[in-house]
Amino acid sequence: MPEMTLIEAVRQALDEELARDERVLVIGEDVGRRGGVFRATQGLLEKYGEERVIDSPLAEASIVGVGVGAALYGMRPVCEIQFADFIHMAFNQVVNEAARMCYRSNGEWTLPMVIRAPYGGGIGGGIYHSQSVEAFYAHVPGLKVVIPSNPKDAKGLLKAAIRDPNPVMFFEPKKGYRLIRGEVPEGDYSVPIGPAHVSREGTDLSVFAYGMMHHYALQAAAQAGAEGISVEVVDLRTLLPVDRQSILASVRKTGKALIVHEDNLTGGYGAEVAAILAEEAFGDLDAPVMRLCAPDVPGIPFSHAMQEWVMPNPQKILGAIRRLARF
Amino acid sequence: MMELTTDLKREMFWTMLLARRLDERAWLLHRQGKIAFHISGIGHEAAQVGAVFALRRGFDWVVPYYRDLALLLGLGYTPRDFMLALMGKRGERTSGARQMPSHWSFKAMNVVSHSSPVATQALHAAGIGLAIKRRGEERIVFTSTGEGSTSEGEWYEAVNWAAVHRLPVVFNVQNNQYAISEPASRQMAVSGAAERACGMGLKGVSVDGMDAPACHRAFLEVFDHVRSGAGPAVIETCVYRITPHSSDDDDRSYRSREEVEHYKQNDCLPRAEKALGLEPELVEELERKAKAMVDDAVAFALSAPDPDGPEAAYPVYAEDVRDA
Ligand SMILES: Cc1ncc(C[n+]2csc(CCOP(=O)(O)OP(=O)(O)O)c2C)c(N)n1
Ligand SMILES: [Mg+2]
Repeated sequence: MPEMTLIEAVRQALDEELARDERVLVIGEDVGRRGGVFRATQGLLEKYGEERVIDSPLAEASIVGVGVGAALYGMRPVCEIQFADFIHMAFNQVVNEAARMCYRSNGEWTLPMVIRAPYGGGIGGGIYHSQSVEAFYAHVPGLKVVIPSNPKDAKGLLKAAIRDPNPVMFFEPKKGYRLIRGEVPEGDYSVPIGPAHVSREGTDLSVFAYGMMHHYALQAAAQAGAEGISVEVVDLRTLLPVDRQSILASVRKTGKALIVHEDNLTGGYGAEVAAILAEEAFGDLDAPVMRLCAPDVPGIPFSHAMQEWVMPNPQKILGAIRRLARF
Repeated sequence: MMELTTDLKREMFWTMLLARRLDERAWLLHRQGKIAFHISGIGHEAAQVGAVFALRRGFDWVVPYYRDLALLLGLGYTPRDFMLALMGKRGERTSGARQMPSHWSFKAMNVVSHSSPVATQALHAAGIGLAIKRRGEERIVFTSTGEGSTSEGEWYEAVNWAAVHRLPVVFNVQNNQYAISEPASRQMAVSGAAERACGMGLKGVSVDGMDAPACHRAFLEVFDHVRSGAGPAVIETCVYRITPHSSDDDDRSYRSREEVEHYKQNDCLPRAEKALGLEPELVEELERKAKAMVDDAVAFALSAPDPDGPEAAYPVYAEDVRDA
């Protein structure tokens, strides 16, 4: 199997889906000539032309709203928001329009579309190039919310998202774009939207994470393993719909749960996982559910020292694992 | 036509020069790995000094965008301030090192904090204009963006508010022909932002943004118009972004070297030196002074401490505000 970076896997998925299905369009700022500011769409304009790889005006509401219209007419748009921080400009089109289209028309209109956006911190991007936005969208029925943590899933999940008949929010951990490498199967394959993935088996406690934090959780779990703590790591991958069964199965086995995300604590996705455990696994828990998240501040500062203070990292995760194991 | 005094000519040129030398040093520091990010105003300086020296500085309000280094220097922002921002050090004055560099805020000079999402601040300018009008004051609000940012709905909404309520707001569009890689033709089917204004019921002006005295004249006229209560205006300054979009960009994939060279030949800095009639000896002296100030600022910022990590915890709410 060839090895590649996460961003290369994203690009391959787009390339192959554009080749496979005439209806697929790529829409976004700088996605054409420039090939995307992170190079996710590099080479696609040359291959598929300006009619299918569209440099949009600088207006996010239009990127999503025009995508909705194109999908209504039978296209399969893949809309790129340059940074997740700028998706707020399109919130209305996502939440009021895309998400509610199927329900409000009693199924007469459905929207096969994908909205991709790089998210997350640790890259010196400051308050407006580091945000995690998944919790806003994981709250909205009608959307699916996907966050890959490795190249194989990035490619397989993005293909599944493009083929899905619903609007799919696809958030990519930008810090991992070039940092995270891995093997990717040859040929056409997809990874189903929905199921979480147990990426490391263990017996003492479960760590639930996604995206960049899943990558860090694996590192912390390996270190904990060397110290004699057996950590199970669950890559949630799809946040909406949530895979209750996998979450519950893991905690029934280990009896302890640590949830990690780089989004801030209050109202973050971890609260949902914790609630599921409180409701359905109360009797299986040997310790209180623990969350390791960014503190409740409005952004990740530009200053390196302040950024590091806000961001979870493998060391902080390891600390939390040790505390939970001792409980 | 108002003649520029010798002092003002010198002041305008000095501000352009200082901005240019600081900006060039930022690129050098980036190449040396001493800073992580820079977004440049090279090519925009003439337009910005034209604007800032036509304002009533410290009286009028300013809602700027990230390329406005020369404008900010004209308002009293210093080279040391800029270097602290580039390095994200303690004492950084616009955000306490929370924001990326070139995200201005300078309350003492009525410069409002802005975010990275483009064009959002145009609405704030309209709101400030509304409040000024309500108080019956003589102030105006100056706000700037690039031409690409005028595609955002919020920019139209702001211009429309200002036009409907005849607010004292000047919308400056610094048209450098690109929004990262996308040429202006991907943003608008008209010739420019001034033409966009026509259909919205306000004054629209376009000026050669690489001609400092012409910009100064154009801004004086527009500011007078707006200050007199005649309603808002859009003023487009036609410039060229000499550098890549930012230190993260590589512009070779979307524009030719010949094109960039062509505009370098028309560089606003030597043009200003001629147009403002500065003596070569004076220019040399100013160059020496600029170099000394930039050197000082770099040394100062390099030796400044980082903020402490836990400073990131505040101030989330007004009650948390404390002295740095
Ligand atoms: C809402 C939003 N979308 C996208 C971006 C990313 N971005 C930063 S600057 C820029 C181009 C801006 O072009 P223009 O308005 O012409 O200003 P210039 O940078 O050329 O001065 C883009 C797309 C952003 N900052 N905010
Ligand atoms: Mg521009």
